[in-house]
Amino acid sequence: MKNKNIWLSLLQTFMKVGLFTFGGGYAMIALIDSECVDKKEWITSDELMDVTAIAESTPGPIAINCATYVGYKQAGFWGSLIATFGIVFPSFMIMYIVSMFLDHFLEISIIASAFKGIKVAVGILILSAGIKMLQKMIRQMKKQGKKLPLVFMVCGFLVMLIIDIFTLDFSTFYLILIAGALGFLLFRKGGAIKKRGAIHNDLS
Amino acid sequence: MIYLELFLAFLKIGCFAFGGAYGAIPLIQEVVLSHSWIDPETLIYFIAVSESTPGPIMVNPATYVGSQQGGVFGAVAATVGVVLPSFIIILLVTAVFKGFLKNKNIQATLKGIKPALVGIIIATGVFMISDNLMRGPLVSRIVIDWRGAIILGLLTLAIVMQKKIFKKSLSPILLIVISACMGMMVYSI
Repeated sequence: MKNKNIWLSLLQTFMKVGLFTFGGGYAMIALIDSECVDKKEWITSDELMDVTAIAESTPGPIAINCATYVGYKQAGFWGSLIATFGIVFPSFMIMYIVSMFLDHFLEISIIASAFKGIKVAVGILILSAGIKMLQKMIRQMKKQGKKLPLVFMVCGFLVMLIIDIFTLDFSTFYLILIAGALGFLLFRKGGAIKKRGAIHNDLS
Repeated sequence: MIYLELFLAFLKIGCFAFGGAYGAIPLIQEVVLSHSWIDPETLIYFIAVSESTPGPIMVNPATYVGSQQGGVFGAVAATVGVVLPSFIIILLVTAVFKGFLKNKNIQATLKGIKPALVGIIIATGVFMISDNLMRGPLVSRIVIDWRGAIILGLLTLAIVMQKKIFKKSLSPILLIVISACMGMMVYSI
């Protein structure tokens, strides 16, 4: 019985998080914080910070990583499955409904003009997300006194821009793989992590 | 088979999407365009729709493209594909390999990926904005689209004003709403 209760509770909580956070990612972390740390006391706020750090180092949407983690902590594999399902389901339903209308919607000329304006906003949003990440990166670099990450960033920027401008047939996936391989070769020797727990300082 | 194709394509995105949704946008763009599942215009509109609807931004395009290509089952296949890698990785990291992320080699690899990805994201944003400002064929893109330029200028002004006067940043949804209104006005003239 206890199991069923926690499953239901996980489902409810994460559906709520999935339904009420606009803007994804960090907006969701804030709601997960108030729901899972303050209200339900499923995890501590230190733990949430750890998960966020892990989420940043693993691929995939950060909010989903958090849901999987909290679910697993509370009720093992099934818990993680339920929590993950809960956080994805609301946006799945909404998108499914939107997908049935969007094409017809775009045919209306005033809506099409609206979306032309929105295009500019999307570019700004992506750019400002990138700049925020860059600022965070530079703060970290100052703390550690290293310059190499900046070289990686500039190379990534230039290569990607060249690919975009000349519409080259070079996959971004390879770009990420190459960056990973170079990082592996260049940073490994420098004794990347000296003490346990350094990862949190690195990532937060 | 379209379901398998959708599943695998979004699985690939899920595996490589470090840095959350914005890191995934260039990948989604590439995969979706190379399969010609949706055209570039619709994809950009779609990112805006994702920003203005609740839920993880990455899941939204998966569901949308999936349902366009293969109905309900297509939507499920694509959504499961994009979520599965992070689900499995978190399970493994928390349950099996507790020290995995502290491993020196993994950390070194991530140290290469993360900054490069910041560069990739910034480049994507810069390209999207400049693509919007210019018209005509690729090489001779010197004709500036004044409508796009007006919107960009006004939006930048709005962001700066908000920062300076209210000391707060403009929320993404508000930015999208403002830009939609501007689009309606400027492009209807």
